[in-house]
Amino acid sequence: MTGQQIVFILLSFVTLASALIVVVNRNLFHAALALMVSFLGVAGLYVTLDAGFLAAAQLLVYIGAISILIIFAIMMTRRLMQATEPSFNTQHVAGIVAAVATFVLLAVVVAGYWPLRADPSLPNVARVQVLPDGTPVETVLQGSVAALGRAFVSADAYVIPFELASVLLLAALVGAIVVAWPKTEDPS
Amino acid sequence: MIPLSWYLLVAAALFCIGLYGLFVRRNAVAILMSVELLLNAVNINLIAFWRYNAPDRSVGLAWAVFVLTVAAAEAAVGLALIISVYRNRDSVVAEELDLLKN
Repeated sequence: MTGQQIVFILLSFVTLASALIVVVNRNLFHAALALMVSFLGVAGLYVTLDAGFLAAAQLLVYIGAISILIIFAIMMTRRLMQATEPSFNTQHVAGIVAAVATFVLLAVVVAGYWPLRADPSLPNVARVQVLPDGTPVETVLQGSVAALGRAFVSADAYVIPFELASVLLLAALVGAIVVAWPKTEDPS
Repeated sequence: MIPLSWYLLVAAALFCIGLYGLFVRRNAVAILMSVELLLNAVNINLIAFWRYNAPDRSVGLAWAVFVLTVAAAEAAVGLALIISVYRNRDSVVAEELDLLKN
């Protein structure tokens, strides 16, 4: 077992264990903190996949923004946190059966299509190319941050989805403000 | 070297944990947290497939960034809805939000 695999297993364990805490913990605030740890584990998995930009975006967007938003929402609806009523509905057994069955299905499909042992043909991030005059040059794959940035703004790639994402975020911003605005008193 | 299938299995496990939370939790905020777990599992899959099958193209990273954007928008609107519902009905338990029933 290589060092990479040990790191992967540790990160996976952290991610999955804290995800389990998120779904089974009765205390919502502790669940939100476990959710942050789970996001951190996922960011680590991105690093092992050479997606550093995504890992940074995960830290900023998920841990920095979404988790804080969730904690705000928990605190604003705090009275319910301390209620003694059950935090799970009556579909407990059915939920476990459905989740385990989905996992078994996915695992069978994955194990059937992709080998469980190490695949030696993983492409490297940096490739060494030999120029016509014989000098080796290291070229970075197009999936790097610079290539991603160019792809987002070039007309033959993702400029329209990129602009649509901006419009979506603006619409979500306006929509969130409108929805959460306190209801004004009816003058009549 | 880590096989691709390991990432897929971890993503599948994360997805199923989120699915379980989605099914059994009563609090709407907890349901929203489970949805975030689902989106993370999808993103792990996207990045893993990008890294192992098409690392010379930006398509996988771009998709993952769009998923991230949609997740942020969804969280903002979802939490605004929860706060609005809490203000009007004094409850964030999903079963009690039956305004549209019948």
